[in-house]
Amino acid sequence: MKVVLQNLTKVFPSRNKKVNEEVVAVNDFTFTIPDGKLIGLLGPSGCGKSTTLYMISGLQKPTGGQIFFGDDDVTDLPTENRGVGLVFQNYALYPHMTVKQNILFPLQNLKGADKMSKDEMLERAYYAARLVQIEDLMDRKPGEMSGGQQQRVAIARALVKMPRVLLLDEPLSNLDARLRLQTREEIRRIQRETGITTIFVTHDQEEAMSISDMIVVMKLGVVQQIGAPQEVYDNPLNLFVAKFLGTPPINVFDGKVAGGKLYIGEEAVLDVAGVEDQEVFVGIRPEGFVLDDNGPMSCKLSSVEVMGRDVSIVSENAASANPVVRSIINADNKIDYSRENVQFSLKPHKVFLFNKETEERIYFEVK
Amino acid sequence: MVDSKQQWKAWLYLSPAIVLLLVFTVWPIINTVRISLLEGYNSMGASGGDVFNFGFQNFVDVVQYQRFLTCLQNTVLLCVLTVPLSTILALLIAVALNSIRPLQRTLQTIFFLPYVTNSIAIGMVFAAMFNIIGLRPAAGTMMADTWGIINNVITFFGGQPVNWINQGSDYWANMAVMVIYIVWNALPFKILILLGGLQSINKQYYDAARVDGTPRRRVLTKITVPLLSPMLAYVVITGFMGGFKEYSSIVGIFGEKMGPAGAHGSLNTMVGYIYDNIGNQEGRASAAALILFGIILVVTMINLQVSKKRVHY
Repeated sequence: MKVVLQNLTKVFPSRNKKVNEEVVAVNDFTFTIPDGKLIGLLGPSGCGKSTTLYMISGLQKPTGGQIFFGDDDVTDLPTENRGVGLVFQNYALYPHMTVKQNILFPLQNLKGADKMSKDEMLERAYYAARLVQIEDLMDRKPGEMSGGQQQRVAIARALVKMPRVLLLDEPLSNLDARLRLQTREEIRRIQRETGITTIFVTHDQEEAMSISDMIVVMKLGVVQQIGAPQEVYDNPLNLFVAKFLGTPPINVFDGKVAGGKLYIGEEAVLDVAGVEDQEVFVGIRPEGFVLDDNGPMSCKLSSVEVMGRDVSIVSENAASANPVVRSIINADNKIDYSRENVQFSLKPHKVFLFNKETEERIYFEVK
Repeated sequence: MVDSKQQWKAWLYLSPAIVLLLVFTVWPIINTVRISLLEGYNSMGASGGDVFNFGFQNFVDVVQYQRFLTCLQNTVLLCVLTVPLSTILALLIAVALNSIRPLQRTLQTIFFLPYVTNSIAIGMVFAAMFNIIGLRPAAGTMMADTWGIINNVITFFGGQPVNWINQGSDYWANMAVMVIYIVWNALPFKILILLGGLQSINKQYYDAARVDGTPRRRVLTKITVPLLSPMLAYVVITGFMGGFKEYSSIVGIFGEKMGPAGAHGSLNTMVGYIYDNIGNQEGRASAAALILFGIILVVTMINLQVSKKRVHY
């Protein structure tokens, strides 16, 4: 089921009647989510990603715009008639019911032609439980399970009525680091197996990048960029997106373009043909640095962190917007820790220029 | 653990409460047990130097006294009728109050008013509402001139006035008035507790129920009530405890004769029976108090047993 969002807008009225403090949580969001894909809504808190999810679920009413499931306009359809499965951030499992009762609950609500016999319900419940691998926990109560297991139950409960769209609100935020890695693979697998169009919300870019078919980066209610994770990472449209994606984060410098050359501090670090002379923000991905004694860019060496496969060089540069410059170098490079300065050359496709005012991307020709 | 040198300080701080408890709670309990076991004990005789035999005759007297059964029946009946009724009503009102935004505070205050009003005073108002005022002989029978507001409403809609509480009134009419009054009086406390419980239920459960298209009744019975069950258990258990001690409400409506004119004592309760015996038959009063204690203990234990399976903490 494809999901179409058309000029979707949500405005929360101001609480104080005298002062106009209305909040535009989601501003003019237009996007078609292709059928059977896994989409990550990504952004810092307050960016409107959860509001978007709740509008798709029907728990919140949009102020403007329309939502379509396939060709059906569901904008004014109450949530129970939309056929969505929603997994809440804290799972919202009914604490007084066993896992089995929790999973059966949505099925027992079905009326009329959809009504099922007890055996059918049980069959469906066990199918959903098998899908998330909790069939041996069916008689436990939520309080007797770990966070990861509760998460699976919540997904099973959302899947059991075969929703047209599956929505997950921060599905991994309550799990510890190891479980998070495991569970995100699970979500990917379950989504592939069922083929249900799935939308999930997260503030963790790594999580979104690792499993989504497409990510939507949002900021203050406005969509910044939509695309396949790698594509967005490699080609950010503005400074916000560049800064939001990537671990460790991108290094940002104050720079200047003059005569087709990019200057960071006094050093001309890169040829940037086709860019007018101006002040710019320079974003360089950590993997965009190459250790090179003849390289044009010099930084003061602070420390070297060995991570096995890679080495992370922490250094300082006067033009850097962050306290430190972090670069990731292949561990095969031999580094003399006692040096005072390191020299880098840059990989041009890992360097992005942004307008100082608008923070929009400035493109240059890579030679 | 408190330093042993400091312990006397702890005892010092506790002493006012401990002394009060010893004098006004612990000693009376011990004394009640003692008096109940002194056959035929009464304070007049005791101060005159009478000696009473040790034994269970007081308990036998209480149980064999014919009015005791009336008192027990009234008490149990009032409990069984009012506790479930007031709990269900309080639950529905609390759920309704919780689901509305405007006027919530105002209505909350109105529902809470009975709690802060004197129950004897309210009882007298109820008595006036259910009253028939002024009987006069007419055409060989007795005619009622003016009725309380309840009978006025009944006749306004074309019904026959009911003799609720006056001379010659039916036992079940009396009971109906008592049940209405006690339920009404018991509502505020229960609503308060249940409303507090409702407001602490995570709203996401209701969102989850909405996404799954759960009908309202099912939300109430399958989600709200189980999640509210600790509060419901509390309200029911304290309701039964209060119910078994019902006394002042009957005084409020029927006066201390505990019944309509001509049938004094017909609505007497266990506590009423205890009061009746204070002043001349303290031995019996003490025995009756202990019997009441035993009944409340057993009922509470049954309550706790039942709730063990149904209450989800």
